[in-house]
This record gives sequence, structure tokens and C-alpha cells, in this order.
Amino acid sequence: MEDQNKIATRAFCYHCGEDLPKVKYQAEDKDFCCAGCMAVFKILSENNLCNYYVYNNNPGRQFKNESHLEYLDEPKIIDQLLDYKHESSSIITFYIPAIHCSSCIWLLEHLYKINPAIFSSRIDFFKKQVTISFNHDEISLRQLVQTLNQIGYEPLISLHDIIKEHSGSVDKALVLKIAVAGFLMGNVMLFSFPEYFGLSGFEKQFQSLFGWLNLTFSIPAAFYCGRDYFTSAITSLKHRHINLDTPLALIIAVLFLRTAFEVVFGTGPGFADTLTGLVFLLLMGKWLKQRTYHHISFDRDYRSYFPIAVTTLLNGKEKPVSINEIKIGDRLWIRNGELVPADAILMKGDAWMDMSFVTGESAPVHKVLGEIIYAGGRQTSEAIELEVIKPVSQSYLTGLWNNDNYKNNSEKQNFNDSVARYFSLGVFLVAFAATGYWLLQNDSHKAWSAFTAVIIVACPCVLALSTPFTLSAILSVFDKKGFYVKNTDAVEELAKCDTLIFDKTGTLTSNENAEIIFSGMITDEEKIIVASLLRNSIHPLSRHIIKALNVDRFYSLSDYKEVIGKGLTAKINGQSIYAGHLSMLPIQVASAAESGVHIVIDHVYKGCFDIRQQWRPGLEQMIPKLSRFNLQVLSGDTDKDRWMLDTIFTKNTTIRFRQSPHQKLNAVLQLQQQGNKVMMLGDGLNDAGALKQSNFGVAITDNINSFSPGCDAILKGSALNFLPDFIQLSKDGLKIIKASFAIAIAYNCIGIYFAVQGTLYPLVAAVLMPISTVTIISFTTLATRWFAHKNKLI
Amino acid sequence: MNILYFLVGCSVLMALIFLAAFFWAYKTGQNDDVHTPGIRMLFDDEVVAEKSEEDHFSS
Repeated sequence: MEDQNKIATRAFCYHCGEDLPKVKYQAEDKDFCCAGCMAVFKILSENNLCNYYVYNNNPGRQFKNESHLEYLDEPKIIDQLLDYKHESSSIITFYIPAIHCSSCIWLLEHLYKINPAIFSSRIDFFKKQVTISFNHDEISLRQLVQTLNQIGYEPLISLHDIIKEHSGSVDKALVLKIAVAGFLMGNVMLFSFPEYFGLSGFEKQFQSLFGWLNLTFSIPAAFYCGRDYFTSAITSLKHRHINLDTPLALIIAVLFLRTAFEVVFGTGPGFADTLTGLVFLLLMGKWLKQRTYHHISFDRDYRSYFPIAVTTLLNGKEKPVSINEIKIGDRLWIRNGELVPADAILMKGDAWMDMSFVTGESAPVHKVLGEIIYAGGRQTSEAIELEVIKPVSQSYLTGLWNNDNYKNNSEKQNFNDSVARYFSLGVFLVAFAATGYWLLQNDSHKAWSAFTAVIIVACPCVLALSTPFTLSAILSVFDKKGFYVKNTDAVEELAKCDTLIFDKTGTLTSNENAEIIFSGMITDEEKIIVASLLRNSIHPLSRHIIKALNVDRFYSLSDYKEVIGKGLTAKINGQSIYAGHLSMLPIQVASAAESGVHIVIDHVYKGCFDIRQQWRPGLEQMIPKLSRFNLQVLSGDTDKDRWMLDTIFTKNTTIRFRQSPHQKLNAVLQLQQQGNKVMMLGDGLNDAGALKQSNFGVAITDNINSFSPGCDAILKGSALNFLPDFIQLSKDGLKIIKASFAIAIAYNCIGIYFAVQGTLYPLVAAVLMPISTVTIISFTTLATRWFAHKNKLI
Repeated sequence: MNILYFLVGCSVLMALIFLAAFFWAYKTGQNDDVHTPGIRMLFDDEVVAEKSEEDHFSS
């Protein structure tokens, strides 16, 4: 039994839990999958930090490539990044995507053991942030980041961090208002109880005390907690438009005025209990609506993708410069793996650009001197020199964000606001009819009380509550299945969509389960030779291939040479071996496809390793379920997969290839101009414009913590096959809201029956409101669960 | 029954104190992160003394 356990644990890397390759790295009788993992372990064990491995099994993550950090020595950039600086101590907050378990918290909060110049570090687990205070005389920011990199926690420093938008997920003022409203409601309820139970003659002396106290508590309820409703109502009236806040503000005003009159003139107890209860419930609904995900950012734009600094050449000297300061004519020095931040002309060097951010096509494109390289391209070969021709914010790709076409939000009108208009009209009709009737009867007192009572009773409070409650219940159902929607309003947009546009690469296919295929002939002996060569490269493709080859031993090699971004060469057992791009090979191979890793051993072409992306599972079952929708596929790729798409999609699906980001954006625009509500599903920066323009943009990702462009929702790749059910549930959600509206009207009719007679006693109003609220909340919750169950989502 | 005037005043005052306490707690950021402290308290203290004890016994 023990032996079995040993074998089971032995098969994984002690640090990151990846499967061990046949030839593993060992240190202190522990096994590691790569040199990176082993290096992290050594640092930790030197610093007595091996508790890291106690709290969780294999808590680490595989090591990434080194990054250039010279820019962190620039005082200007440091000042932008630091939260606080005083004499010798500085405080900085980093976003570290690798934070995922309690071991991470433990390790990152014990950074001071690795370097005593770090005073303390504190983690916010949900936000994946660590706040570090350190002595900047003893450790520079660059060294600090290097320390983090060494232990496998690379902070993500992007332009977005500099423009720190410290907007919390929930408005802080709202929480305080809810606290005040709760306090007021509790106290007012307490002082109203004697009134509910009836006062004996002896207790009458307290009546005016309680009345005045209630009135005092009503003032902050109406004017502090309820202030937003008044401002919102006034602005919407200015625009000659009625939203849901308009009747709500009216009711708050009427409740307050009537309470004030009754207390001041001693004619009755007033409606302070209803007023405070109403405000409290309304704010709760608002809070529910504002709640969103801490750990997911939906508003990312190009700034999140770009580094914060780039190396420029000034009189032949390298100097890191913040991206914002790049001017036309600057010379950029872009190394292997770095991103071109602005449109530029190639001046020197051999450019093999990975344009997948821009076009979705991942095969590198060769650029010749003098050619324009668009921002977003990633250099995959040696360092190159570029001259900037457009500033960052006006480049081809970033221009997508500054496009004027974007939908204006005012046209987005939700169900609530459209109902509110008719609702307010109806209430006023009834209220004036009742007033008119009592005035004709010459009973001005009853006219006044009937008018106010109708407005109080016909409160659209339920309307304001049922939407957030239903939609947030739906959000949590989605959440459990890996579909993260930005907010409740977005769910309504989802329900209205009638056209679906898919991107291909990364959306319909999965980048993660890429399959390595080899075309050609290779013997087992040659496999070992190839693996021995590739073992020395840190390129992700090499790692993929080694994993696929799965050999059990390696040969030693000599004359090893790596041409970055192109390939490798070495001598093994007297045989010369080449692996890499076609242009790297010593012989001309005409027949082979351009992409892939080509292998030549002793001047004989052996074949080529290629990555074939796999279609996401469940696609064939999902697409027929979407037959009610108008479907389109827009791919930035070549049409080599057309036959596959044709088998999945029906004949009337529009499938287009080689679409640029701007063409995708225009396709969405065109559909919208034809009156369609478009849902766009994409993954990369090249879809970003279309995602933003669409009515409901879904970013598909295999890892929700990795970067995704700005969108309305983020969908885990593995949950794509639930898409039809997600859409159906959102439609059902709208049905639930409409049904709850009907229930609310039924309650209102009872209340109005009393109100028009001018005999509404405060107790009736105070009881009717909570009852209807409880009914609605339980109805929406149960109905949502039922529909979710029906759609097989729970 | 006039004591009620005093008691009502007391109860309102108490409630106000609690409200103020919440305001203070919220504004100083005590509710910003409610998840991490729960994990943090489960970490064991470093056992530094153990080693020196071992040495003690062995020598």
C-alpha cells in the first residue's frame, strides 16, 4: 500500500505537479519536471521555506521564460508604480496571477525570509494582489521583482496598473448607506410597535415622542440614503424620459411629506416605518446589482496587453522608456518575445512576427526591411530595430478602442425602465381619479390622504427588487458552470441576442489541448536524438514535442546552437541534426508545409512536427441546438479548416476567413444596423473590437486568470457546450421577472382598494410591503432554481 | 414610566455607537478582504526552537 502511494506521488513533479518526463531532475531525493521547478525548490530550501510544500501538494507553477526588467530601474516608472514612498521605505502592490492556494499566501507573506530588506508583504487572495513594503535603499524595485520571479510568482506589470483605477466592485458609499438605512429601519420599527399594538391612555404621552423620533429618523432615510433616487429622477426628467427611479423618488418624497405633516400636526403616526423599510430594501437590491467578480476584470483594453516600458535606442544606447512617452521617430529595440507597442517600420534585423494578437494566425510572418510592423506583433526571432511611425494610442490595433462607432449606452433600455413609464402613468391616473372623486364629495382631507395613499401603495418597489434578485440568482448559476457575466444588466442583453458570431482559433478550437502530429518517418533511435536536441530549448514548442515523444534517455550533444525563433542545431554521436523553421535547414525542402518544426538528420529530411489545434469537445452537439439563431464564423485564419467547419455548421451559416480585426468589427456593426442583436464569441485581441461593439461580447478562455479582452462575459472553454442552456436560462429569467411583475400588480390592487377610499392605515402599508417583498424574493429564487434545473445547469 | 424617556435615549445612543463603529471599520478597510485572514490564521508558527532542542539532546 505504501509502495503504491510512493509510486503515485513519484510520478509528478514535486513542485508543480506536472507529469514527470522519463528523464527527471532530482534534488534532495525529490523529483522535478524541469530545471525551473528545481531552481525554485532550491531557493526555498536554502531559505527554510519548505513549509510551502506542507500546506498543499505540488503548489508551484511551471517556470516561464525570463523577462527583461531594465525598465524597473527608471525612476519615472518606479514613481508611477509605487503606492507610497517615504525616506527609506516604499510600498507597492503587484497583481500576481499565479496566486491560487494557501501555500501561495504563506510563501508570499514570508518574503522577508528570503530578503531581509522586505519588511512585510500581505496578500489579498481574491484580487490576487500582494502589497509589499520594502527598504528601497537595500533592495531595488527590479531586484524585488526578480526575487518574485525566482520563486515562480511573476507579477504582471502592465500599462493598466499605472493608470490605477481603484474603483472597488461595490460602491463604498452604497454600503454605508445600507448600514444607515438598516439602523434607521430597526429603530423606526421599534418606535412604531406601540402604535401597531394600540396605545392605552396612559401611554399616549409617548405618542408624540415616538412620532418626532420617527420623523427625525426619516430625514436621513429620505435625504441621505435615498438621495441617489432624487438625483437620478431629476436628470431623467430633464431628458424627458422616465426611468424606474422616477416613481421611486416620488414615493420617497410623498412618504416623507405625509409623515412630516401627520407628526407636526399631530393627526397620525405617519409612514416612517414604510419609508425606512422601502429605502433599505431598495438599497439592498441596488447592492445586489452592483456586486461583481473581484478577481475578473472585464474592462481590459490594449493597455493590459502591452508592457509598461520598451527599450529605445538613443544615440546607439539602450534606454527603457515608458510606453506613453514614445514619440514618432523613436527607435525601438525589440528583443525576442517582446511586443511591438506602436506601428513602426523595420530598420534593422530579421523580423519574424507572431501576429496572433492582431490576426489570430499564429504562424510567424517574415517581414523585410522597410516594411510596416503593426502594434501587437511579437518578435519571435533575434532583436530588431524599429522606427515608430504612429504613437501607441493611434496605432492600427489600439485604434480599435478609440473607434467612434461604439454603441452608446443610452439606447440600452431594460425591461424595468420601459415598464416604469406605463406604471407611473397608471398610478397617476388612479391617484388623480381618487382625489377628484373625494373633492367632488367635498372631503378635502380624504382627497389628500387618498392621493398620497395610492402613491404609497402602488410602490414599484417589487419591480426594483425582482430584477436584481432574479438576475443575480442566474449569475450565480452561470458562475458555477464557468460562465462569468459582468453584471445583471448584461444578462438582459444576453436574453435578447438573436445572432451569434464565433471566432475560430481559440474559440471553437482549444489552444490548450493542441495535439502534436508528425508527418514523415522517424525511428525510435532518431526520436531520442531529436528529444536530446530539443531538451536544451525553453521554447514552448520544444517542450510540447518532448512531451509527445516521451523518450526514456537522452544523448549528450556538442556544437549546440540556437537561433532564437528559428530553430536549433547540434551534433549528436557524430550526426549533425537540425530542428526548426524551413529557412534554418541546410538543405532545400520544397514539398513541406511552411509552418511547424522540421527535422533534418545528417542532411536527410525526416519530416515535420506540427501543432494541430483540437476542436472543443461537444461542438457537434451544441451547434444544432443553436439552430434558432443566426450563426456566423469569422476567422482571422486561413481556410485550411473549412471542411471541418462545414461538417459542424449548417449550410446557411456564413463562414468567412482571413478577417482582419476591423473587418470583424464592421461585420458586427453591419448586422446591428440591420436590427440584429449580436453576440460575439472570441478570444484574442484581434476580436477585441468586435467584442466591444457587439451587444453581448463573450471572451472564451481556458484559464480565467489569463488575459482576455474587454467583454461582457468570460466563458471557460470547457463550458462552451452549455452555451444554448445559458441563453435559454437568461430568456427564462426575463419570464420570471415578468411573472413577478404580475404578482406585484395583484398586491397593488389590494392596497389601492384601501387607498382610494382614503382609509389606508399605516399598519396596512407597513405589513403589505414586506409581505409582497418576501413573496417576490422567494418566487424569483425558486423559479430561477427550477428553470436552471430544467436547463440542466444545476 | 418617565424612565422611558431616558431608556429610549440610551437605546438610540447605543445604536448610534454601533453604527459609528461600523463606519470606522469600513472606512479603515477592515471589510476589504474577508477571505485571506481566514486562511492566514491556519498557518502554524515557525518551529525554530525545535532544531536547537535537537542539538541540545544530541550533544
